[in-house]
Amino acid sequence: MTHDWMDQDAGPVVRPYAMTQGRVAPVGCDFDLVAFVVATVPDLAPGVQLQPEHHAIVAAAWEPISVVELASQLDLSIGVVRVFLGDLRSAGLISLYEPPAASQPHDVDVLKAVVNGLRAL
Amino acid sequence: MDSVRSDRTSGSRIPVALKILIAGGFGVGKTTMVGSVSEIRPLQTEEILTGAEGADDVSGVEGKTTTTVTMDFGRITITEDLQLYLFGTPGQDRFWFLWDELSQGALGAVVLTDTRRLADCFPSIDYFEQRGTPFVVAVNTFDTEHRFGPEAVARALDLDPGVPVVLFDARDQVAARNVLIELVEYVARRQYAAAGSR
Repeated sequence: MTHDWMDQDAGPVVRPYAMTQGRVAPVGCDFDLVAFVVATVPDLAPGVQLQPEHHAIVAAAWEPISVVELASQLDLSIGVVRVFLGDLRSAGLISLYEPPAASQPHDVDVLKAVVNGLRAL
Repeated sequence: MDSVRSDRTSGSRIPVALKILIAGGFGVGKTTMVGSVSEIRPLQTEEILTGAEGADDVSGVEGKTTTTVTMDFGRITITEDLQLYLFGTPGQDRFWFLWDELSQGALGAVVLTDTRRLADCFPSIDYFEQRGTPFVVAVNTFDTEHRFGPEAVARALDLDPGVPVVLFDARDQVAARNVLIELVEYVARRQYAAAGSR
């Protein structure tokens, strides 16, 4: 279903959590901002009852993509993306890869790679 | 189709993303800095405000109050498997809840300031000191003369010894990049020292 009067220029005409039927928290545990998501199927079967945003997430997550990047690319707020990701996870349509625990020190080789990468900019 | 499904996750490598917070008072150049070193995009967060605001009876609608916050989000691709995310964080106190999540596991922070309004960065410095998040102080000198050196700024801010202070122009890509390098090297030094004292 499309609405001709809704376009990019019109800006958001729906309050963010209206898209999720008022659900503000994802099913299951939360998603870290820098967790990576990968779609497990190339596209959703037509019979599955999902919203356009679910489809957009699955399409964007064909290559691994972080939660924050998804929100930015799809122009959805992070909280809303998390709710949709929860739905997709419980349907088995995405895999989730959490970042290393926050208490872990950063790998020295990673830090070196970052410095070298920045120098090359 | 089934073969694609089973091969999906084993074939693709999962990158690592590191977070760096760009903090500081209002109008100090956070957006400018994120924009000069990275591909910058806005990022919407819709957060639930918890806690009683005034004496309104919220029974039945608990957790229904939301606020929209727009942050600057910048990405630097170091390698295919390593990405650096910059978050220009809103400076106001009421957005502390955002900082808690952003600073969780973050590589570190850049506290931006300029010498006309040094006090504006006190809350950021207090926050990162309390959380133990490594940070560098970057003095944006875009429209002020270099009247104060790094030592004077460090003294004025009562920084712990070793916290780097850099003077730079947030509009200058190389200068902004050097601030990030300073931060990462500082993080590496701190980790090295911590490992040595164990």
